[in-house]
Amino acid sequence: MIADVRLDKGRRARSALGLIATAFCSALAAGLLVVLLGYVIIQGWGALNPAFLTQLPRPVGVTGGGVANGIVGSLIIVGIATLMAIPVGILTGLYLAVYGRGLAAELVRFLAEVLSGLPSIAIGLFAYTILVQPFSHFSAFSAAFAFTVLMLPLMIRTSEEAIRGVPTAIREGALALGLPDYEGILHIVLPVARPLIVTGLLLAVARVTGETAPLLFTAFGSQFWEINPGNPMAELSLQIFTYAISPYDDWHRQAWGGALILILAVLVLNVGARLALSRGSRKR
Amino acid sequence: MQSTIAVKNAPTDDARIVLSARDVSAWYGGKLAISDVSLDFRRNSITALMGPSGCGKTTLLRCLNRIHEAALGARVAGEVLLDGMDIYASEVSPVMTRRQIGMVFQRPNPFPTMSILDNVLTGPRYTGLARDPHELDQIAEEALRRAALFDEVKDKLRTPASSLSGGQQQRLCIARALAVQPEVLLMDEPTSALDPVSTLKIEDLMEHLASEFTVVIVTHNLQQAARVSHYAAFMLGDEHRVGRVVEYSSTEQIFTHPKESRTEDYITGRLG
Repeated sequence: MIADVRLDKGRRARSALGLIATAFCSALAAGLLVVLLGYVIIQGWGALNPAFLTQLPRPVGVTGGGVANGIVGSLIIVGIATLMAIPVGILTGLYLAVYGRGLAAELVRFLAEVLSGLPSIAIGLFAYTILVQPFSHFSAFSAAFAFTVLMLPLMIRTSEEAIRGVPTAIREGALALGLPDYEGILHIVLPVARPLIVTGLLLAVARVTGETAPLLFTAFGSQFWEINPGNPMAELSLQIFTYAISPYDDWHRQAWGGALILILAVLVLNVGARLALSRGSRKR
Repeated sequence: MQSTIAVKNAPTDDARIVLSARDVSAWYGGKLAISDVSLDFRRNSITALMGPSGCGKTTLLRCLNRIHEAALGARVAGEVLLDGMDIYASEVSPVMTRRQIGMVFQRPNPFPTMSILDNVLTGPRYTGLARDPHELDQIAEEALRRAALFDEVKDKLRTPASSLSGGQQQRLCIARALAVQPEVLLMDEPTSALDPVSTLKIEDLMEHLASEFTVVIVTHNLQQAARVSHYAAFMLGDEHRVGRVVEYSSTEQIFTHPKESRTEDYITGRLG
């Protein structure tokens, strides 16, 4: 009996140790994020003012100015990338979910998986090679293309899972009414899968918002207003990069301000994704 | 036991045969599930497919509207004649077949993103049966009336179908099937997920449906088979779980004077 109690003590001690270790690491991970967020907010808050959001960058050495062209550029590049990724991503996901049993489908799935692991700079280099070099001209469109390639793996996977997750009873309900396959998919299956597809889309947008590496040799950046996707264009994260490595205090301040805007945008996208998800799960 | 069950009189035996299974066998992957089933289903009658779990009665039902083949690796052999024409003939499309032969599932499966009205109109709209809004409204009202649901939902046709109770959802699914104006209605244990009151409502409803449609119902509830059906088939799986029809006759005959001892064992509760 006494031995039993001792054994029990040892077990309890190990259990407590395990609990402490896991709790400590969790607190460390969460704490790092809080410190990071707090630091960006403290550093960036001062830079956030109307001028910062609405004005163009000033020439080197002149204080003040803003990143308005970079914000608009980010919206344009991410917007074009999203418009291109939506049809390709959702239709590929649909193909894999509905017909995805053969060798061809396995190959597509495997390639999408590999694609999701490729470094973004490699994808940028690819966009540079096929869309910048041949025309000897940097362009926002080449950046959007690189972003599309970055978004696709996530969108394909979430769309496939969303469509595959529609209950068999719902699909069969559509079949039993004598609906052709495409009518059933369009009017019954896709609406049920929509919240999850939207979630995947928002996460994919969040994934590329703030991507910088591919932009270095595609969008290239600009000091001026530019809304033509065929030309080099300013982009927020690119501006942050340029400002951060400059020797000027005012630019450092602006870099923190830009970082704060980016983080807020990604936060909004993630919250949106969660909302779409919870709305979807209530409907099912 | 037998005397406590009130058995309906079957319609006359010369009633026209609408649907007919001829030597139907079905597989899931390599596994044979039912073998050489031949049954005739008569106009304006209710035929019950009964038997213990796993005897293949649902599989047979799913062969009758070609929905069995929608599952991965599923296969069917034999013929199913609808008004004398084989629905498995190469020139017949499963889509067109399913418009003639409607189906109600074991669990109510209203389309969750749609309103009550849109659920009923899904079939007519997307099969191109009707486009005119006025005509669609009429179809919806008629289908809901036939499913004995109209009075309960007429003031909330635009609310989500998911707001209805389980029994109402199942009647909505019946209305949805009727809106395509099928000739035959297949029902796969339509009350097994419902409470007794909802079950009774649907059984009452089936009697009305039989005056306009040919109904085939799968049930493992003997009392239900006796209460609602005119004809009954008793199915049983062998040692390899391959289902076959043991006996098929009028419900009265099968419940009062079964020919096969296995049928009698099942009906008296010694089997299954």
